[in-house]
Amino acid sequence: MSILNNLINGISLGSVYAIIALGYTMVYGIAKMLNFAHGDVIMVGAYVCFFATGQFGLPPLAGVLLAMVVCTVLGMVIERLAYKPLRQSASLAVLITAIGVSYFLQNSALLLWKSDPKVFTSVVGTGSVKLFGGELTITHVAIVTVLACVVIMLALTWFTGRTKMGKAMRACSEDKAAAQLMGIDVDRTISMTFAIGSALAAIAGVLLCSTYPSLMPTTGSLPGIKAFTAAVFGGIGSIPGAMLGGILLGIIEIFAKAFNTNISDAVVFAVLIVVLLVKPTGLLGKAVREKV
Amino acid sequence: MSMLQVDNINVYYGAIHAVKDISFYVDEGEIVTLIGANGAGKSTTLQTISGLLRSRTGSIEFLGKAIQNVPAAKLVAHGLAQVPEGRRVFQQMTVEENLEMGAFTQPNTTIAPNLERVYEQFPRLKERRRQVAGTLSGGEQQMLAMGRALMSGPKLLMLDEPSMGLAPILVEQIFEIIQRLHKAGTTILLVEQNAQMALSVADRGYVLETGRITLTGPGKALLADEAVKKAYLGG
Repeated sequence: MSILNNLINGISLGSVYAIIALGYTMVYGIAKMLNFAHGDVIMVGAYVCFFATGQFGLPPLAGVLLAMVVCTVLGMVIERLAYKPLRQSASLAVLITAIGVSYFLQNSALLLWKSDPKVFTSVVGTGSVKLFGGELTITHVAIVTVLACVVIMLALTWFTGRTKMGKAMRACSEDKAAAQLMGIDVDRTISMTFAIGSALAAIAGVLLCSTYPSLMPTTGSLPGIKAFTAAVFGGIGSIPGAMLGGILLGIIEIFAKAFNTNISDAVVFAVLIVVLLVKPTGLLGKAVREKV
Repeated sequence: MSMLQVDNINVYYGAIHAVKDISFYVDEGEIVTLIGANGAGKSTTLQTISGLLRSRTGSIEFLGKAIQNVPAAKLVAHGLAQVPEGRRVFQQMTVEENLEMGAFTQPNTTIAPNLERVYEQFPRLKERRRQVAGTLSGGEQQMLAMGRALMSGPKLLMLDEPSMGLAPILVEQIFEIIQRLHKAGTTILLVEQNAQMALSVADRGYVLETGRITLTGPGKALLADEAVKKAYLGG
């Protein structure tokens, strides 16, 4: 039973990684940049929900929605102020800027909300479902997390495959100049990608803190890096890849933790290295032919 | 008044002066071609008209409106479409999705009739509508790029090296299509290295050499011109 328990916990944690990884991978796909501040947007989302439900007594769902709104705006502002002016710059400059934004968010949170950990109240309560006479426990949070992940995956697949705006997004990620010739506003499309990714980050932040309730300014940092790993693992730029990578990474991490808590992160990154050695484009990534 | 009037444009890539003081015009209903060797500035000129590059000087007027500062994405709505060099179809999207992107600025109700029209012009595309564009042959991709540009119902169609990399038989086919589109009422600005083909279909031509227009005249006259023959027609 403990194997099954671990598997469920792994899928649940992996679902959070997957939701975060979607933000990384969509932004990379379209803006060709790694938004290392993405993890810290998660933290902001969690704080917003924490204060909304705790201090202002809003119902949990309202807290989540408010967090999504705040993060959406935050993501678009970050893109507009920090990344857009660097659109023509070297990718290294953008990368360093993203790291700078990450520190900026963490330290702003430190100033505003102090360093002491807040105890996050789960938005779905602390209940659980017990199966097999109590041997197998599935928390409500885990169920909601996995469901949220599935719904987001389906919604994104529909959006990018069926809607005009979603298709325009794919067109932009393939060839920006050609997309412009079609009349697609590339700047607006990039901004919208950041908006979607950041809204997802808010959801991920709330779900993450509902499972692991300690909330600090650095809360988003390590999950952010792991989700980035998941995105690379699954094939950066690929939406199903981010899902697969996230869930696999969560499962690997939980099993490694069950084996030995101290080495779980090492195992996670070792797996990444092995995958990249064998298949440099990630599990579902496509080899990109550089255009000349 | 001309449909497209380009006056004294100068375009630079950093320190490289790629287009030097070029002026020309396209009248409604014409096929006009810009020919010249690789690097003469033909594509640069086209990309400047479509807004992907900017001229430091001069003006570009389309249907009486100054467009030299209009962003590329806004020009499609003005009735200007460009088939880029190297086709640049969206490789990972299906044929039909590519065509839908061509109609991005159009109201949703016009997409279906436009699709029908394009499929009529290019029956091959209809057969392959569900296929991912990256799996098409070069000639089919050229047809897709042209069909995609036509989806916006342009008044002026700009074609950048449509024959590039295609087998001679396909080049013939592409030029037949260009003539057909022209007969159907589309004004065409054609950039080509294949001077023989381009001049034989064009009403007028301009010869570009290292960023300048060195010669101009009716297509047939340029075909017969000794200097053009020597430089571009292999004899």
